[in-house]
Amino acid sequence: MLITCPYCGPRDVIEFTYQGDGNRERPDPASQNFEAWNAYVYDRLNPAGDHNEIWQHSGGCRAHLRVVRNTLTHEISSVAFVRGDHGSAARRKAEDKP
Amino acid sequence: MVERQSPLEPEFHVGSHGNFEHGVEILLTETRPGSIVQLAAWPGEEKKLIAAIRTVTGLSLPDGAGGGLSDGVKSVFGFAPGKFTVADEDEGLAAAFAKAVTPAIGTVTDLSHGRTAIRIAGPKAEWVLAKFFAIDFALTAFPIGAGRSTTHHDVFAQIQRTGADQFDIYVFRSFARSFWKALCHASEEVGYEVQ
Ligand SMILES: [Zn+2]
Repeated sequence: MLITCPYCGPRDVIEFTYQGDGNRERPDPASQNFEAWNAYVYDRLNPAGDHNEIWQHSGGCRAHLRVVRNTLTHEISSVAFVRGDHGSAARRKAEDKP
Repeated sequence: MVERQSPLEPEFHVGSHGNFEHGVEILLTETRPGSIVQLAAWPGEEKKLIAAIRTVTGLSLPDGAGGGLSDGVKSVFGFAPGKFTVADEDEGLAAAFAKAVTPAIGTVTDLSHGRTAIRIAGPKAEWVLAKFFAIDFALTAFPIGAGRSTTHHDVFAQIQRTGADQFDIYVFRSFARSFWKALCHASEEVGYEVQ
């Protein structure tokens, strides 16, 4: 499985660390809404198909990435920085594309 | 200043090794820069950091991910979004950057004693490195001056291409000797010379 890091380009999955389900929304740390906390900790969609995930390019640029991966085929349909745009110094040039 | 000891010393054997009867196709050496500095810009401050790099080193970073250049004395390349490695033959780079990179722009980390810089050159340099790293070393995909962050068996490596067949590899000092030994073994079959 290859993940195309927006900074580094296509890299083997061995360079990445899975950081969990990208659909989770953490409740306010002060919140005592136990249902919301329970959902945050335990409830997962577990879809057979496209899945929003967080990955870190831990063996490369170390950026955190929003990845959409198909759980049936491992096809990666989108990869983006979690933090958003980093300016032109973080953009791969057209000729760098795989 | 005290003479800095090389972590490679016990395994650094100057001369030709391996299958070199038909000539050496790999040159291995330690570049021993006086300064290795890592710079990181806060979000939105990348342009100011790039300007500070130009002020301190005289090097104008090309745009784009992993862009870099070297003038043979000083080298700079991007290794992550908003983050850059700068090396200089001379000491004192961190002090110079500490003045130019204000706390509002970003951070300066002195890695001069934390990284070891190994240079691999020669017609088989791409070929040997391809045994280590799953990245594209072709000149079109990895142009001269550019940098790449990658891993060899959990040994994190930053690689800058400093010539058509020359690469400078920055590894953790504590892993450097083991990485160096592996690089020597991998170069044996084409014949290598340690300088
Ligand atoms: Zn990356």
